[in-house]
Parts: sequence; C-alpha cells; structure tokens
Amino acid sequence: MFRSKRSFISKIHLDWPLLIGIILISALGIIILYSAKPETDVIQKQGFRLMLACGVMVFIAQIPPRFFSGIAPWLYGIALVMLISVLVMGHISKGGQRWLDLWFVRFQPAELMKLAVPLMVAKYFNDNTLPPKASMLFMPLAFILIPVLLIAKQPDLGTALLILSSGLLVIFFSGISWKILFSLASLVTLCLPPLWFFMRDYQRQRVLVLLDPERDPLGSGYQIIQSKIAIGSGGLYGKGWLNGTQSNLEFLPERTTDFIFAVFSEEFGLVGCLILLLLYLYIIIRGIYISVQAQNTFGRLLAGSLVMTLFVYVFVNIGMVTGILPVVGIPLPLVSYGGTSLVTLMASFGILMSIHTHRTLLAK
Amino acid sequence: MVHALRNIHTLKDHFKESQLYLSRAIIAAILVFIVLTTLTIRLVYLQISQHDVYKTLSLNNQVRIVPITPTRGLIFDRNGVLLAENMPAFSLELTPERTPNIDDTLKTINDIMPLTDTERQQFYKQLKYKRRNESIPIRIKLSEEEVAKFSVEKHRIPGVDIVARLIRHYPFGENLAHALGYIGPISEKDLTQINTANYRGTYNIGKIGVEKFYEDALHGVTGYQHIEADAKGRTIRVLNRIPPVSGKDLYLSLDNRLQSAATEALKDLKGAIVAIDPNNGEVLALVSNPAFDPNLFTQGIDVQTYAALQNSPDRPLFNRAIRGQYPPGSTVKPMVALQGLELGTVTPQFQIFDPGWYKLNGVGRMYRDWIYFARRHGHGTVDMEKAIAQSCDTYFFTLAHKLGVKHLHNIFTRFGLGKITNIDTTGEASGLAPNADWKKRVYKDDWYPGDTLNIGIGQGMLLATPLQMAQVAAILANRGQGFEPRFMMAIGVDETHTPIKQNAKTIPTITLKQDANWDIIIKGMQKVVQPGGTANRISHGLTYTVAGKTGTSQVFNLKQHEKYEVNKIKAYLRDHSWFIAFAPVEKPQIALAVLVENKYKKTGADVARIVLDSYFHSKSAIVTSEEIDDGDDESEVGGEENSGEENVSE
Repeated sequence: MFRSKRSFISKIHLDWPLLIGIILISALGIIILYSAKPETDVIQKQGFRLMLACGVMVFIAQIPPRFFSGIAPWLYGIALVMLISVLVMGHISKGGQRWLDLWFVRFQPAELMKLAVPLMVAKYFNDNTLPPKASMLFMPLAFILIPVLLIAKQPDLGTALLILSSGLLVIFFSGISWKILFSLASLVTLCLPPLWFFMRDYQRQRVLVLLDPERDPLGSGYQIIQSKIAIGSGGLYGKGWLNGTQSNLEFLPERTTDFIFAVFSEEFGLVGCLILLLLYLYIIIRGIYISVQAQNTFGRLLAGSLVMTLFVYVFVNIGMVTGILPVVGIPLPLVSYGGTSLVTLMASFGILMSIHTHRTLLAK
Repeated sequence: MVHALRNIHTLKDHFKESQLYLSRAIIAAILVFIVLTTLTIRLVYLQISQHDVYKTLSLNNQVRIVPITPTRGLIFDRNGVLLAENMPAFSLELTPERTPNIDDTLKTINDIMPLTDTERQQFYKQLKYKRRNESIPIRIKLSEEEVAKFSVEKHRIPGVDIVARLIRHYPFGENLAHALGYIGPISEKDLTQINTANYRGTYNIGKIGVEKFYEDALHGVTGYQHIEADAKGRTIRVLNRIPPVSGKDLYLSLDNRLQSAATEALKDLKGAIVAIDPNNGEVLALVSNPAFDPNLFTQGIDVQTYAALQNSPDRPLFNRAIRGQYPPGSTVKPMVALQGLELGTVTPQFQIFDPGWYKLNGVGRMYRDWIYFARRHGHGTVDMEKAIAQSCDTYFFTLAHKLGVKHLHNIFTRFGLGKITNIDTTGEASGLAPNADWKKRVYKDDWYPGDTLNIGIGQGMLLATPLQMAQVAAILANRGQGFEPRFMMAIGVDETHTPIKQNAKTIPTITLKQDANWDIIIKGMQKVVQPGGTANRISHGLTYTVAGKTGTSQVFNLKQHEKYEVNKIKAYLRDHSWFIAFAPVEKPQIALAVLVENKYKKTGADVARIVLDSYFHSKSAIVTSEEIDDGDDESEVGGEENSGEENVSE
C-alpha cells in the first residue's frame, strides 16, 4: 500500500516535503534578488547556481549514508591539506585563497570543511558507545578546532563560526552529559579574558566594534543603521515588491548578499518576514524529523548537525541584520546572492535526503 | 533464534542511543522555537512599534554620514617655535560611489587641468585602499586659478568636488627630517595596524619618527555628521554633528636654534649630531646629514623621487643619529678607565711606558698606538690622566688586557651600549656590546685576547649609535645618573592652556665605590680639550669649560706595516671621526656626540665646538680649518681579528 504510493520523487531518493520548502524559499530569494539588483545577468547567474546546486543535491541523495561514513576521514584529510596549502599559498599570492573560480561558483576548501567536520565527528561517535565520556571529547574537539582556527586565520570569521557550531552540535546531539557540556562552556569563558589581555589596542577596538557597531558609525554601524531603517520602514505589509526606497537609493550596503533580508523586510513587511521564517521553521522541523527517523547513530548525529547548522545560519544572519547580533559575514541560506555556500548547503540537503530515503525496509 | 538474539542485543543498544538522541532533538526543537520567537519579537518591534520612526527616517533618507577629520596636533620646539603645522589647501577629490565612470571622469578633468603621471599613480593606488563613501584626492594643492577654472566646469563632472583640507607642512624641511619623521598616505600595511573606525576621512598617518611614535596623540578622534543631501548629493543641511577631537599638540625638547646650528655645522659632511640635556634626558638637537625634505612625503612621494633618494650613495633617508652603528673608537676610553679604577685594576697614578706599540705579554704581534703612525714614536710615560687626554692606545691595551672582556662588557652595558635607549621615536638601532658568549653564538669562534684589546679601544666588534654615545656623555656628565633620552617635553594642554609636562624617566644609576673616580675621569676628559690633548684644536677661545673625548671609527683595516695616509685612501674608506663632550664641566647643561663620516674637512671635535658655541651664545671664533692636522689627530689601528669591511651597518 505504502510502496505503491511511491512517486518518482521518492524513487530518485528525494524527500518531497523538504524539496517543497527548498523550492519555495529559493523562489522568494530570486524574487527579492531582482528587487535588490534588477539586472538580468545577476538573476541568470543565481538561477544557474541554484540549478547546479540542485544537481549536486540530487546526486548526493543517491549515495547511501554508509558511503559517507566510509569516506569521512578521507574527505576530512583532503580538506585539511587544501586548507593548509591555501593558507601557505595565500601568503605568496593574494588570490591564492580561491581555488576554482568559475563564472557562477567559486570553490573554497573551507566549504568542503563545512561538510567534512560534522561527517568526521559523527563517524567518530558512531564508532564508539554513547553517551560519550569526557575523555572521548579530545579527538572530536581536535577535529573541530584545527580547521576552525585555520579558517579564522584566513580571515573568514563567519565560516569559522558555522563550522565550529556544526561540530559542537554533533557533540551536543551525541548525548554528552550536561555536566561536561557546562564545564566545557565555562572553560571557554575562562579563556577569553587572557586572550583580551594579549590583544593589541587596535584589535581590541575591532572586537568592540563587532560587539557594538555604533562605535564605528561610518562602517558596520552605518550598515546596521541603514538596515534597521529599511526593515522598520517596511511596516506590517511592506512597501511592495520593487518599491523599497532604501535599497533603490543605494543606502543599504551589501543588499544582495548578507543584508538581503533587509530588502525583503522593507518590501514585504512583517507578514512577508513571518512567512519566510515559517518556511525556514518548516524545513528545520522536517530536518529534525528526518534525523530522529534515521537508523543509526551516524545518520542521526549527521542529520541533526546539518539541519541545526542551517538554523544557525538563519538565526545569525537575521539577528545581525536586525541589529541584535554582531556583524559577521554569514549569508541568508538560499536567499543571499552567491554560489559558494549555496552548493554546500544543497549538498547537505542531499545528505539529509539520502539518510531518509536509504532506510532499510525492516525499520520502515 | 541465534540471529534474533543478536538482533535484540544490538536493538537494545540502538534503542538507548536513539532515545538519547530523541531527547536532545526535542531540546533543539524547543531552542529553535524560542530563537525564532525572539527574532519575530524583534521584527515586530522594528516594523510595528518603531515603524513611524523608521518610516520618517526612510522618507528623508537622503541622510549620509560623513566623517569629520580631526585636526592633527601641531609640533613645537622647546621655545614654542612651530616645527610641524597644518596648512589649509583646496584639493580636488573624487567619490567613486557617485562617479559613473572613473576613467572617463579623469579624462574630463585632464582636459580642464592636465594631470601628471604621479597624480594618476597616487590616485589609482589610493582607489585600491579606499573605504566606502570616501573621496580620493586627485590633486592636493589647487592654485586659485585652478579652483576658479574647475568651479565653472564642476556641473558636468559628477562625483568630483573641491574640498578644503589641512595638509601637513614642515617649515624647516631638511633640518628636522630625521628628528621629526613625516606623515604619508595610509598604506594597506598601516590599515592592518590601526583602528580603522577612527581613521575614516583621514588620508595620512605618521610613517616614521616622532610623527609615528606619537601617532595616537597627534591624530585625535574622528567625528562625524549626518548630512541631508539632495538626489545629486549636495548638502541641504546638517542634522546632527558629533565633533571630532583634535589631536594633541606636542612640545618637543628640541631647540630649533641649536638644531639649525648643528645642521649648519654638518653641512657638506656626512654624519650625525645628538645633543642631550644630561639633567633629564631631553634631546636638544638630533641631526643626521645628508637629509631629505619631509614635505615630499606628506602627500605621497612619486616613485622616481623616492628611488633617487633611496639609491643615493649618500643615503639621505638613513637616520645615522639613531640607526647608524659605528665602532665608537676611543670615545669608550673614559668608560674603560672608570672600570679600571672601580675594580682597583689600576690606580690613577699607575704608569706605563709607551714605546708606540703594545705586545701581548711582551711577545708576538705588535698592536700599534695611533701616534706611532703619525710620529714614529710613542707617548712615553703615561698615567691615566695623560692616557685619556692623549688617547694613548698602549695604556688602554694594557688596561683592557688586565680587565678582560667580562669587565669591559659589564661597563659598556652599564652605560647602555648594546641595547636601545628607548628614545621616543621609531627605528632605533641597538648597537653591539660583544662578549665571549656572543662571539661563540654568532661566529662559532673563541674570544681571543686580541679581541679584548680591540674593544678596549672601541674598535673591532663593538658598535654604537651617535644617540648611544650622547647618552654615554650625559651619564658621564651626570656622574652615573642617567635618563632615557626623549623628544617629548609636553603633550597637549590643560584647562589653563599650559602644556602638560611629561616626567623624565630615569635609568639605573651607575654607583661607584668611590665618587672621586668620576672626578679623575672627567679631569682627563677636560685635558682632552686643552693644550696637549687630542682636541687641542678646539681649545682656543673657549668661554666655558668642556670635558670631551675624541674617537676614530675604523672603516678600513691596514696591514701590519702599512702607514695610514689620509690623502692616499679613497674618500669612503677614510676613518670616521667621533667626539663626545659635555659642558660646562661644573654644572653640565648639554652632553653631545658628534660623528663625522670619512673625516673630511672637519673632525667631530670641530663640529662639536660649533654646536657648543651656539648653545652658549659664544661669539668666539669658530674653528674653520680646511685641512686635518695629522699631528693632533689620532687614528687607531686595531688587532688582527679586525675585519677589513666597512663597520657601519644599518
């Protein structure tokens, strides 16, 4: 009965509900991008990227999760080698940080790490009995912190933050006891004051600007002020598509990328924002459902981490644009212009779908 | 059955883990709800509660935020003479955000007033570093005619404006180039080391010297204003204004009159002069010649001019006063003598007979006294006072050998050799006070007794900067009490517009077992500038008392039996001439060190006399000898380990 209802979509290992959510948000993204930058070239590029990213997602969904767990160490190793060589080469030539610069997408080793870190940590916990003891945290923490520090040095604070959270999320989902979790957190807190002490004055100033953008009224402070004006002036229903004044008058910086949510809010108002937030919520809940349904620890931890990382994206981006979080470069998933992180994001959706659709019949 | 059992076992394990996961997933889901609710509340606040506020803001959001550059602090000398000022100038600037096509715009401007290649280079260089909504200068100083011409055409060049700016000017140019340093356009490297938020709207930053060292104080705090502009970017009115805080004025200890006299004294010579007030470490004059015009750098120097300065064999960009490291020569002898007395190695009455050379333990290689080269005989019977006055090498070879490298190194480092003086400027060199450990580490070689003889007369591996030697003179003048040399007397002003004085920083005092030992050394140094002393030539008509010491810094090494003949040696291989001094001896007010590279026309002592005369307003005849008198001059030749290479290093 159940099997007869299997559609073509399920046959090619895609997950209907997730797919609908992705398509809806991407469509909203294209619409608002056109308003932020009404140039056909830009829209074409973004459309092309979306299609390519979808292709990657479909391809990855065909691969059984067993395979991911098998290649995790290799993937991690390759990504680490590339990261280090990028850092070394970056010292020699400035353009060294980007590896493959195609017309529509740019490949960076840091992107590979976004997947490799949760894969690696999930595999590590899968090979051990859970819940983990404190001594079992050493390896996973090393797996996480090495690439995070390398990427933060690039410096790409946003990506480093995302990778850090993806790894820590796996640890959280592994069922580690709250006691260990809290002592870890307090250890980190204790490390902060000495770090501050060793920083130079201008570095401290930059941290302060990060925490309080008003200190730099002409830089990130300006961005925040302008984005708040855009959002606030949108009101309940918004000014309507293509009618946003802030973005058209070019007051809003980075309006196609990190600050695209401000354009969206201005034109579609609170109602539009709530719809967008609900769509994200829908995808996240579906993702959590998939992770709970997964058949083994590896699948559960991986799916949980990937979907919650998406949530971190959404939270940090909107939090930053609305002025409640510091300004770090994190795009709004599926909406912001740019291809690099889009491909990685779609690949992680592919993994989610693979985990869900490759369950054995017994468990179903 | 077995199969089933195994399944149950694994299932049980899996069940536990999946339950554990479920609980965490629920927590995660709750967290997601809470956070999304928070974001919703924030959006409601911005879009509903504050909607009217933001709507108004957006309606007249022709508001731009414009930085207001703080005025850079001025620099004065100790008498209030302005050494670095800000001069108003009109500059032509382009804002890329408001310019449709930058290259075309430059072409249009070029038709109105032809641009030079340098201006184009500078423009494109700054375009790379520029920050959002900032304009880039195309031409800095517009003539009145250009202002008029451009004002007429302005309407057809969007994004280009005439802006009134203050530009740095150094009225005394070359005279103070090495003392003050200069400012220049902010480079990419500078950007990584400053708080960029405070440098919006600022194009220049201290690059070197005092201008760099006191950058924070001089720069001030950038202000900003919200400007309501029309669609074309023209200012309609200023909404609110956070005023900038001007940079603080600096009051330097330099005496510009003395500085000018010192510069004049070094004219046509390569060398350096550092004069310090021994009572507090204040730098009265600091000259390095040849110099350059710092005004060339303030708006960015063009490549050709810079290359010419950089490649000049006279090295005008090189600050010899604080970066030039030379063997200090016989100027170290007062320190060596002091150590001898202090340790009881010799008494003031101790005598040697100088035949014109010294042999280690009476055998082997001959270490010749400088006088031997000039007169083919020695100093005869010599005690300490005479040894200092006549700079007797044989005496100091004997003393150095008795003291050994450890005690020599000890006294040199106590006088500050081998480490930076901590002067408040950039790029100071540390010199070198070698010892056996150092030689082992760097040259992988043992310390030979010959090395000890060499550093005992200030040659060989010993290196010092003119600043360090001025510091030595100051410590001798003050009988052991030293201060960190510094340019800064006061930063900024208090409520009553009185400059805020900075306190002198002391350095560890050299205390002797017997204070009388200072008197013996100083008496010897006084004899240096009296008939019979090595600086006898400047003794004529002195109206104040001077204690000094001559020195010769070896550039070129002679072979065992060669005679040093000034005329036969190429100019750049000639020895350098040192002189350290302080005056008046009873109550020292000024201590100085003079270095004249490749001793030419004047010796260090001659130059020092001119500077001291200027300081004491003396009208006595200034010694203007054209030729170096071999008889009164000294030229030491050191030991076998001496390298023949030029000892001056950066």
